[in-house]
Amino acid sequence: MFRYIWRRLLLLIPTLIGVLTIVFFMVALSPGDPARVMLGERANAQQLEQLRQELGLDRPLGEQYIRYLGRAVQLDFGESIKTGRPVMEEIGELFPATVELALVAMFLATGLGILIGVISAVKRNTWIDYSAMVGALVGVSMPVFWLALVFIMLFSVGLGWFPTGGRMNVRLWFEPITRLYILDGIILWFREGDAQYLISAIRHIVLPAVALATIPLAIIARTTRSSMLETLRQDYVKTARAAGIPERRVIFRYALKNALLPIITVVGIQFGLLLAGAILTETIFAWPGIGRWLYTAIAARDYPAVQGGVVVVSTVFVLINLVVDVLYSVVNPRIRLQ
Amino acid sequence: MKRFLLTAMALLMVGTLAFAGGAQEGSNEQGGQQAASDQAGDQFGGTLVFARSGDSVGLDPARETDGESFYGSTQIFDNLVEFVPGTTEIRPALAESWDIADDGLTFTFHLREGVTFHDGTPFNADAVVFSFMRQMDENHPYYDLGPWKYWGYMGMSDIVDDIVAVDDYTVRFDLKKVEAPFLANLAMDFAAIVSPTAVAELGEDFKNQPVGTGPFRFVEWVKDDRIVLERNEDYWRRPAYLDRLILRVIPDATARFLALQAGEVDVIDFPSPEDLEEMQSDPNIELIQQPGLNVGYIAMNTEKEPFDNVLVRRAINYAINKQDIIDAVFGSAGTVAKNPIPPTMWSYNDDIEDYEYDPERARELLAEAGFPDGFQTDLWAMPVSRPYFPDGRTVAEIAQANLAEVGIEAEIVSYDWGTYLDRTDSGEHQMALLGWTGDNGDPDNFLYVLLSSDAAQVPAGNIAFWRNDEFDALINEAKTTFDRDRRTELYMQAQEVFHDQAPWVPVAHSVVTVPVNTRVQDFVIYPTGKRVFYDVWLQD
Repeated sequence: MFRYIWRRLLLLIPTLIGVLTIVFFMVALSPGDPARVMLGERANAQQLEQLRQELGLDRPLGEQYIRYLGRAVQLDFGESIKTGRPVMEEIGELFPATVELALVAMFLATGLGILIGVISAVKRNTWIDYSAMVGALVGVSMPVFWLALVFIMLFSVGLGWFPTGGRMNVRLWFEPITRLYILDGIILWFREGDAQYLISAIRHIVLPAVALATIPLAIIARTTRSSMLETLRQDYVKTARAAGIPERRVIFRYALKNALLPIITVVGIQFGLLLAGAILTETIFAWPGIGRWLYTAIAARDYPAVQGGVVVVSTVFVLINLVVDVLYSVVNPRIRLQ
Repeated sequence: MKRFLLTAMALLMVGTLAFAGGAQEGSNEQGGQQAASDQAGDQFGGTLVFARSGDSVGLDPARETDGESFYGSTQIFDNLVEFVPGTTEIRPALAESWDIADDGLTFTFHLREGVTFHDGTPFNADAVVFSFMRQMDENHPYYDLGPWKYWGYMGMSDIVDDIVAVDDYTVRFDLKKVEAPFLANLAMDFAAIVSPTAVAELGEDFKNQPVGTGPFRFVEWVKDDRIVLERNEDYWRRPAYLDRLILRVIPDATARFLALQAGEVDVIDFPSPEDLEEMQSDPNIELIQQPGLNVGYIAMNTEKEPFDNVLVRRAINYAINKQDIIDAVFGSAGTVAKNPIPPTMWSYNDDIEDYEYDPERARELLAEAGFPDGFQTDLWAMPVSRPYFPDGRTVAEIAQANLAEVGIEAEIVSYDWGTYLDRTDSGEHQMALLGWTGDNGDPDNFLYVLLSSDAAQVPAGNIAFWRNDEFDALINEAKTTFDRDRRTELYMQAQEVFHDQAPWVPVAHSVVTVPVNTRVQDFVIYPTGKRVFYDVWLQD
């Protein structure tokens, strides 16, 4: 298995070179002179020339590409045009926020999704099944930005249960430790005996996490249901039942375990999508994460930032895929990794 | 094992939701604050949260160009002179007074004594020289911390020859040319006075931990989330009323509104026009409005036929239904423009009678000009949303329909923004939409930059490529005259020439709307786009 993981990690190199190349040319070939866009209405010829030089845009494309690849290998994407700070430093600051949000959302989506899917499959064609699946259909089709605003209107403005956005009450003084605020909150609770940071962090993450979890939750529930229906029809399930094994045990121990493969695949893909797709949720809930940052970078044509951001998100996506593949063999030893 | 895991997961989730939902730390927090402000008495006390759409880039105002950065730095720094709140007038600030030599080439500023920076170091003539020389002198030890963009935008190196500390509290600016708007430039954000000691200590990091003399001092900055400032108790005027000022980032306009409605924030920036009606009906929200320091216009390329003919240009001014454009694109967030400068700017000529929407009159003028059946032209529409034209495409479509009514067939042309600017400022268009947002509140910053012959050189600010000797003479005299009444007179006349010669259809000034919680008192919109919280206080 270790040889397999090692080989997959080596495969990461050509994959990432591909990603780097695509990102570079997408950016380089998109219309419009970035220097011009950045200077806007007040540009004069001299300033334009100076900025083009600073950005290296006055050099041949091939030379720009080689320089870019050479630096990217050292994880150096240069400095953000907008802020003048190293791109990787900015990503390092914001990535934990997205990871925290995605983890909590995935935790909700996976837990609830599998639970609902299993119940639906077991209670097939009953009202429970129907309402769960209608709910899942609605969940898949729900526009996230709309759902997010409705959540804010209902739970923040209306009921006042949760704040409208942000990661922490802005009136609280707070020095981040791990930048995962829930974890920071727990640390501070133990260290200073004050739980208010933890409470504030949790209250802030509930609405965005639920909004972000909706679509993956629905997809996971549907996949679980169909996969479970298939396994429940298998002979060994009948045999297990005939042998008098309690139904609960049959379902969770025998059926679900065998039904897990497609579910893990979906969970993996959805998790990857969450990291990249948190843009809307992060924007509406004022969540200072990587999705929103990337969106602003694209709008401002901050090319180094776009390149760095896309490469980091792609890498994480590829790594999650690898983890999923390894999990296959853990869950189902019949699968050999080669 | 699996069953246990699932059950545990479910329990944890339910628990998390209930736990989080039940806790109400926000309201306790507010209660505590109110008590504190009661103790302080009258207007002092409280924390104000201002929600804006994006984070600041940096807090050294000489380096940055974006409004979001200035929102932060304005609170932290003072200038030699400043804008009178709500106007484009200039008044003394760190300079108590100044003398202008008879030839107009020397400005001598007398500085306020006893002022200290937030780091405890004294404000003096050396600090003033330092703040400007770092932007001007390539050999200055901190010149490399630039680029000093606004210094370049405002052409300061063409104006200023040298800056000299005469004594501890006197600074002399030697100018290369007589330039009346120079004083207004000194009120702009880039001309803030910074602590030389702090710049030397922090270097590149100064933009993240700014040190000025302003009413608020910097406390912390959490990237993309918030900037926290607190009152400078040693301010050289009355200290600010607010204990703390927090600038928060909420990118989505509707989410900002909801946060205001929920009472989490007190002032919001850039409300969505669709939400304005609902805000108006909310008893806890007050809308503060003022026409912005901008203009959106349709420029006619006077170097090309048939726009070299003033009759055609006037005809088009009669043909365009500006009110329709305002209603469709701006809603209540815009006003019709009749002059190239906005009404909040001094010397605005309100006596000018705008061209009424009158297609009949337009047809007559076209016939008189020799185009009884109209003609074909292009009409360039900008692809991006700008303050002066939130939706260029729709503006162009309405104008296109208006022009069709009088027989002019206009084809709408658009490019990506960079290309659009490149091509319009080299004069490829016949008619084009564009606009301008003012910098220093001086009419020169509109009339000279957008309409002078000097600005008709490629890349042109004057994309009508309009060259008028009478107009040039007026604005050039105003540029070199220090007497305010005389300047006003000259600019008033210049606007008459503009109106008569009609190189543009001035279309709109967008209205800036700042929704605030009704507990926020004495918040004033600055025409130059600053958000100043020095005079703001919170009612209990």
